[in-house]
Amino acid sequence: MALHDLFERSYIQPGAPGLRGLEVSGEEWRGVAVDVAAAAGRLLALWASPAGDTAARVHAVFIADGEGLLLTLPMSDLDQPYPGIDDIFPAAARMQRAIADLMGLRATATDTRPWLRHAAWPQGYRPLLDPPLSQNHTEVTSDSYDFVRVEGDGVHEIAVGPVHAGTIEPGHFRFSVVGEKVLKLEERLGYVHKGIEQRFTQMPILQGYRLAARVSGDSAVAFSWAYCQALEAISNMEIPARAAWLRALYLELERVANHLGDLGALGNDAGFAFGLMQFGRLKESLLRTNQEVFGERYLMEAVVPGGTQREVSGSQCTLLSESLRKIEAEVRVLRTIYDEHAGVRDRFTGAGIVTPELATRLGLTGLAGRASAQAFDLRVDLPYTPYQHCAVTKMVRSEGDVAARVAIRFDEIHESCRIIQHILATIPSGGHRAPVRMPADGSVGIGLIEGWRGPVSVALEAGPAGTIRRCHPHDPSWQNWPVLEHAIIGNIVPDFPLINKSFNLSYSGHDL
Amino acid sequence: MLKTLHRIASIGIVSEPPPEADDNLRVRTALQDNIRALLGRALCIRHIDAGSCNGCELEIHAINNPIYNLEGLGIRFVASPRHADMLLVTGPVSRHMEVALRRTYAATPGPKLVVALGDCGCTGGIFGVNYATCGRVSNVIPVDVAVPGCPPSPTRILQGILAAVSARRDQYLAHSSNRHLP
Repeated sequence: MALHDLFERSYIQPGAPGLRGLEVSGEEWRGVAVDVAAAAGRLLALWASPAGDTAARVHAVFIADGEGLLLTLPMSDLDQPYPGIDDIFPAAARMQRAIADLMGLRATATDTRPWLRHAAWPQGYRPLLDPPLSQNHTEVTSDSYDFVRVEGDGVHEIAVGPVHAGTIEPGHFRFSVVGEKVLKLEERLGYVHKGIEQRFTQMPILQGYRLAARVSGDSAVAFSWAYCQALEAISNMEIPARAAWLRALYLELERVANHLGDLGALGNDAGFAFGLMQFGRLKESLLRTNQEVFGERYLMEAVVPGGTQREVSGSQCTLLSESLRKIEAEVRVLRTIYDEHAGVRDRFTGAGIVTPELATRLGLTGLAGRASAQAFDLRVDLPYTPYQHCAVTKMVRSEGDVAARVAIRFDEIHESCRIIQHILATIPSGGHRAPVRMPADGSVGIGLIEGWRGPVSVALEAGPAGTIRRCHPHDPSWQNWPVLEHAIIGNIVPDFPLINKSFNLSYSGHDL
Repeated sequence: MLKTLHRIASIGIVSEPPPEADDNLRVRTALQDNIRALLGRALCIRHIDAGSCNGCELEIHAINNPIYNLEGLGIRFVASPRHADMLLVTGPVSRHMEVALRRTYAATPGPKLVVALGDCGCTGGIFGVNYATCGRVSNVIPVDVAVPGCPPSPTRILQGILAAVSARRDQYLAHSSNRHLP
């Protein structure tokens, strides 16, 4: 089966530009996945949605050859398994397990352990199909999980979490070690699952962007923009050009703020507290500029359906531009200090290597992917306004170690600062917000935005009278968490915090 | 090395003075005095993310930056609840974190102050109560002070910490026979 044979059957999918949609049979579902993999394509998201009370649809978004594809597989019988694609795209394994937890719909896959469900809700309850449970429905019982055991002379386990020793999100890590050396890491996530996808179905569609911004608080702009992109597409509206440029300004500020925070934390994890203090200071100065210009330190409410919450004046543009210029100059000095510090180099270089081959096989994506030669960035590959006018350079390295992930962050700060200056200098005039029409019942939109961590997607299906039938936000951490298990193999336990930080994956965005 | 030292020397001390007391949050007197009166040493805080979106965590990181200079105020974050005087809890409490939160609370020695942080910690926020969340922190463990905001600014967080310490000190003075605290 070739992709172009199916192309005739495909339709233009509302949402991010360059997206097509295709409905397939169970056999074609796997066939297309094989073809996409053969064309060096990538799996962006995999989820299921209800279709009436007794049927469902399984969806996947792929990117290949500069085109996006939404694949839909209708399932008329919920008890019948659908064909799994985890052998083709390993990242699909946990997504399929999550579908089983939330929809009761199983894939033909070998790993049938629950993933997002621990013991908090009754087995058999399908949060995305069944009506909401009454409060205080069950006592949380103790729950067990079949970790893969490593056995042999001198092998022991270290169990970490869910409550970690620092200000980090909760999750559980099970290390199997010999001495200091890690033989295997197995993650168990789902601790911050808070029923976000069910919550969406209880919100008006024009308000859902607020919840989207809180899927992962560090990626508020990316998620709220992806949500609005999907919503605006199914509302058949164009936002004012100025609004798109303002959103890109927010997105790049979010990228710079997070990268600054990470660079400080990475220095600290390498025993160089100077880095934490210096980058903490720079990040704080950026957040205060945000507060002054946008009225909030983190841009949680900035992107709204139809455009942006606020206008930015000429003098505010000057203020932002000067603030960024100062920060960038300081980042340059700090980079030479990181580069020349022997102790820091020693910890960064060669730690947590993900080779380009492994990264391709496992589908490592986003920032971490680009540090392992995965030259993929939605702003370039599937550009949405205004990025086709920004000449974005993909920052790519091939070493795949902590040092490479640090270097990518430095490179991306400079590139984002360049984009921000470009936006501030050339932003079109006009309105910043337009009215949004209510989308038609049953219409589906897909938003795709390159957040600071990687590609973020939001699939939005409208219900009747301005309701949400289904909304699936997808964080790139889904793809990258399983790769972290590989990155740590052969490293020593004390390097785990450093390696983990160099990926800085989201728990909340993953657990939903 | 010289570059690093030059950087440190040229930037100097950037820390700002602590925030003004906010009567709405029951702040009465200077922070250090209250901490000393209640504990006689530094205040140790254990942060627990019980279901947060990671927004509040960003601001907890921020209060540790040199501008807010938390350690200079006699407050520090510790790695174990057994070393903590105060729990700083974020998020609507997810049902998957409910047991962990209760156990962490049980492991914390007195005075066991609890500050719930952010709109979600105060009310359940946008997530509310559902099959997977218990809503606000006080639905699961006793809370001394709740600091609203999404996320609350570093200044608000500091004021909340202050409020919890001074409120507990007042209680202690009112109910304790020992009215001659240092």
